[in-house]
Amino acid sequence: MSQKFHAQIYVTLRPSVLDPAGVAVQSGLSHLGYENVDQVRIGKYVELTITAASEDEAKVSLDRICDQLLANPVIENYRFELKTVSGAGV
Amino acid sequence: MKVGVVVFPGSNCDRDVVWVSSGLLGCQTRMVWHEETDISDIDVVVIPGGFSYGDYLRCGAIARFSPVMREVVKHAEQGKFVLGICNGFQVLTEAGLLPGALTRNRDLHFICDRVPLKVERSDLPWTCEYGAGGVITLPVAHGEGRYYADAETLAELENNGQVLFRYCGPAGEVNEANNCNGSLNNIAGICNKQGNVLGMMPHPERASDPALGNTDGIGLFKGLLARVKAGEKVPVL
Repeated sequence: MSQKFHAQIYVTLRPSVLDPAGVAVQSGLSHLGYENVDQVRIGKYVELTITAASEDEAKVSLDRICDQLLANPVIENYRFELKTVSGAGV
Repeated sequence: MKVGVVVFPGSNCDRDVVWVSSGLLGCQTRMVWHEETDISDIDVVVIPGGFSYGDYLRCGAIARFSPVMREVVKHAEQGKFVLGICNGFQVLTEAGLLPGALTRNRDLHFICDRVPLKVERSDLPWTCEYGAGGVITLPVAHGEGRYYADAETLAELENNGQVLFRYCGPAGEVNEANNCNGSLNNIAGICNKQGNVLGMMPHPERASDPALGNTDGIGLFKGLLARVKAGEKVPVL
């Protein structure tokens, strides 16, 4: 029996990695008048649907997917959220 | 003696490499389409610059899964030579053939310039035509060339002498002022522990033909091809 899951994946830079794009955005925010904003870091958001026999299996697959492709473990961390897609087939 | 230049969708410096190895140095050269699975005829693999897969997701992230890359990894494990230039360097780090990662330039600008580079050692085939500590000038053209590795990896690279090229000033000064993209330790090019895989952000193939006004890059190809012809191989771990 297989289920469909909707995954929301967040890929973020490791804290030790310089983020010049984040610094540029922060500078832009400062020019807009937001002097109360600090530590801007820019990451990636990926959505996908995955079919698996169980939520645990889906999580195992997603870990591999993130490790192999979606995130570069040298410079990025990842986390994801899974939701069962309603009306999934048997 | 054959050179193979890998071509991914989006590679655009492949022909310049072929011009150097075949046109200038008269070495048998062929282009290797990224879907090929037999590169047993190739002695030296070159992964050229460009924008493979449009740099989608991350530079080189998708190219490293092309069928040919499995063969390139095997080729490297056999002690044969692999050169990655610019996007090629990015592909090699994504494929795990070299440590670390290439990230967005510190100042966010795409840098298109000629920069001085310090050659750190001259005993390897890659740099045997240059003097150790010498300064050469090569073109760079990249938006994601800032080399990053964690402190432990960096220390290992330095201790093992795996850093071959560093961004420097015209007199060889290695400092932040002469670090065009913010690479840690001014790293412009590194090799693996055995020394048979080299990745570098600058373009030696763009400084090889005298018609272009700078031939500082030809020494890398000359030295490498001469050593390979002489049957040089690195020890297999």
